[in-house]
Amino acid sequence: MTDIFEPEIVAFCCHYCAYTAADMAGSKRISYPPNVKIIRVPCTGKVDAIHIMKALEKGADGVYVAGCLEGDCHFKTGNLRAAQRVRRVKALLEEIGFDSRRVEMILMSAGMGERFAQTAREFTEKIRELGPNPIRSAIQEQARRAAG
Amino acid sequence: MITAVRKPMEEIIACVSPYDRILLVGCNECVSVCSAGGRKEVALLSSALQMHFLKQGKTIEIREMTLERQCDPEYVEELVNYMDGADAVLSMACGCGVQTIAARFREKPVFPAVNTTFMGASERQGVWSERCQGCGDCVLGITGGICPIARCSKRLLNGPCGGSTKGKCEIDANVDCAWQLIWDRLKALGLEKRIEDVIEAKDWRTSRDGGPRKIVREDLAS
Repeated sequence: MTDIFEPEIVAFCCHYCAYTAADMAGSKRISYPPNVKIIRVPCTGKVDAIHIMKALEKGADGVYVAGCLEGDCHFKTGNLRAAQRVRRVKALLEEIGFDSRRVEMILMSAGMGERFAQTAREFTEKIRELGPNPIRSAIQEQARRAAG
Repeated sequence: MITAVRKPMEEIIACVSPYDRILLVGCNECVSVCSAGGRKEVALLSSALQMHFLKQGKTIEIREMTLERQCDPEYVEELVNYMDGADAVLSMACGCGVQTIAARFREKPVFPAVNTTFMGASERQGVWSERCQGCGDCVLGITGGICPIARCSKRLLNGPCGGSTKGKCEIDANVDCAWQLIWDRLKALGLEKRIEDVIEAKDWRTSRDGGPRKIVREDLAS
């Protein structure tokens, strides 16, 4: 039997929009893949490039940062800063030959429960198509070799 | 501050790939302020290198350190306990920091991870511009606080030249004409007449024309 690849996805979600949208999805009984692990942040502006890189380095198959719609940031421009940082991380990943499609910035409002679920489904499917994070495979291979 | 930008990853990877244990050293001064080689950038570069080598099936050990000031021997001394555990040093400081480490630890290869770029000031968040070329004979006092050496493309002491158009330099429409800025500033100060004073030819011996420079303060030197 072939194992179905279940990606592990880290979603940095802004407390004021995406996190509330996830809550909204739950209230509306809209299901989304359990592959998405949510990390609540006070604003996506708090998400640093190193947080995204560490998630990938530790083996996450995909990472997305979900912030408020343009002009709606509770802290004015945190979402725009986050988008710039995501672009920077994507460029760095390209430089080391790592598929930058594993990282995305997504915008939504607190009321978009359906969009949150849809984003989670679409991103999960995209990562499933890309396959496992090659770093994770390398870490597992090393662990196997170390165990003899 | 001294500004710098990270070198392309390809170049950094080529430098460190023969080694298994890297000491990656940042600096808490200028390169931290211009977000090129401070603690955050050290962490980011370390992570990127780890990911690259893991993908190649190679494990490398990277120790991250960020010194208070890499151009100062007393802070570089803090590395002494970590050198035995490193095959090579990768420095994210300016060229001064890299050379201070290289001079102290002569037996270790030291590689720069940034290109030191210029002495500049912060224009706004994320934007730095050249402001000083360290000519050794400052003329800011007679040019309204705007440096024609660093900011005029031709380093003219008596400008502007014919390439100044609507306040911009002929090399690039986004570059301000330094002499336009000097004129505007002198006018604001009520010192327009000063533009007619001829600034005499500069003695460049205080600059690089005199070879590598040194400051010796006898009251401080030990």
